[in-house]
Amino acid sequence: MSQVQQPSLSREIPRHHTNWKTYLRRYWTLYLLLAIPIAFFVIFRYFPMAYILMAFKKNNIIQPPWLVDWAKNSGFEWFIKAFKDKLFLRALENTIKLNLLDLVCGFPAPILMALILNELAFKRFKKFTQTVLYLPHFLSWIIISSLALRLLADNDGLVNILNKQMTGNPDAVIPFLSNPSWWVGSYIGLGIWKEAGWGTIIYLAALTSISPELYEAAAVDGAGRFRRIWHVTLPGLRPTIVVLLIMRLGYILGSEFDRPLALSNKLVTDVSTELSIYVYQKGINGGGQFSLTTAVGLFQSVVGVLFLFGANFLAKRFGERGIM
Amino acid sequence: MIKSKSTKFGDWVIVFICILLIFICLVPMLNVLARSLSDTKYLIRNEVLLWPKGLNLDAYRTVLGNERYIHSLWYTALLTVGCTVLSLFMTVICAYPLTYDQLKGRKFLNGFILFTMYFSAGMIPHYVMLSNMGMLETVWVLIIPSCLSVYNMIIMRSSFYSVPESLREAAEIDGAGPIRILIQVYLPLSKPVLATLALFYAVGRWNGFSDALLYIKKNRELYPIQLYLYNILQNASSGEAAAQEGFAMPGLSETLKMASVMFATVPILLVYPWLQRYFVSGVTIGAVKG
Repeated sequence: MSQVQQPSLSREIPRHHTNWKTYLRRYWTLYLLLAIPIAFFVIFRYFPMAYILMAFKKNNIIQPPWLVDWAKNSGFEWFIKAFKDKLFLRALENTIKLNLLDLVCGFPAPILMALILNELAFKRFKKFTQTVLYLPHFLSWIIISSLALRLLADNDGLVNILNKQMTGNPDAVIPFLSNPSWWVGSYIGLGIWKEAGWGTIIYLAALTSISPELYEAAAVDGAGRFRRIWHVTLPGLRPTIVVLLIMRLGYILGSEFDRPLALSNKLVTDVSTELSIYVYQKGINGGGQFSLTTAVGLFQSVVGVLFLFGANFLAKRFGERGIM
Repeated sequence: MIKSKSTKFGDWVIVFICILLIFICLVPMLNVLARSLSDTKYLIRNEVLLWPKGLNLDAYRTVLGNERYIHSLWYTALLTVGCTVLSLFMTVICAYPLTYDQLKGRKFLNGFILFTMYFSAGMIPHYVMLSNMGMLETVWVLIIPSCLSVYNMIIMRSSFYSVPESLREAAEIDGAGPIRILIQVYLPLSKPVLATLALFYAVGRWNGFSDALLYIKKNRELYPIQLYLYNILQNASSGEAAAQEGFAMPGLSETLKMASVMFATVPILLVYPWLQRYFVSGVTIGAVKG
């Protein structure tokens, strides 16, 4: 705090022009630049929202939805129909089940991995490990489904070949992809395989902001590796964990498309059909049920937003920063 | 750091765990690589594990000789380059104006854009709208609807924010307009983030196939490589499907499928390690500001 006020010369020029003409002459190019992305958002993100109206109208995609008659039951016919449809209810159940499992098993995985990487004492080896762990993130689900098939197939998959050789029993087959329960496990496991390494990036970055003094103090106090992790590292990660958890909770009814489509097979459709696949099959891929599937999509989006706000609210309640 | 004997032992345990993780990451790839280089007769006998047996490159030769596959690869490569350039352009011109504090309406525009990240109309409304616009069955449907990601825009914006305000002011005093400042000051200072976003957009396009699956049914020559692979991998047992994809033989041999998979994977594997330093910082910036 200096008591002498510094005479500043450049600051005397007023920075904010209240005069509209001057303002526009100076910054009109910025609006010109913004016009293109804004037009993009209006056309490709907001305009489709008008078509949500289809969820409340009769099934007709030849006319724009605002010209079509309202559906029965004061417009809610399709929502009622959906909740009476066994296939929909199963897809809903599958979506929630797979997302919850992903949350419980998939969410802690990168945290655990980051903790391990953080404890790694050899710098160059650490960098190499990271490079390899990021690799699966860059593979598409199509590629991964092909890798998974060679690895886990009943007859000629690598794991089952080894299993047969080791047990000496030609019938010792683990049905990773053909048995519904095992398939769910494979689905979750492959998700972890693909994204856990990539997920460590954020946590490792958060770890760099933990003061080394805390570790030194802990060491002086005689804390071992595990107590250091528990009392210093994990608390340092907490804000990051909360933010990512909120994002994840907003996704509880969201469903990926590529992943279930690529990994599913005829034997497991009962557990593998998520809402996105249901919508695709009933709507675009021959089903022709456009109003019904729009209603399902709207239900998904609205629940997603509610969960996001709810989780954000709770996080703030507990004194975290939240995302909004 | 105080080091006792027990911590040294712990260090080796950690190294061991990491080697295990590396192994788990690489085994599926090695397995497929080995299969693609092996002789079919060893494959049928389930003798190929992680090392090729009866080494031969026939599968790769056949794949390279398949005009449809090569066409698909080139087409996807061109599509990826085009999409990446367009997306970077869109991301920059969206993020840059939003970094001006004095821009009137900035708060509203920010909210307007962020809202689309949390709420989406859904698959069917998008499909019906694109259909009404006449964009289905064209290449544009693979380029335009996905050419700007809000998440990436936030990363770009954060990177622009980290450029010192004084640089902009100095340039303004020198009489430079906003666009000149963008080109001469901001973009050169944001090269690492531009590289990161280019990687994200390129990987997204190279690996993406769901938009093609939804929006393109008839024009098979517009299929990107992943959808092409999906078709041969899913239906490969039937000779008809193989013939449709340009392989003149009844059914696709295992090695051939694996070689096709390798070709579609290698380009990304060659690129990403060189950009690691950049994308690590890119992901971090996005997370902080998201």
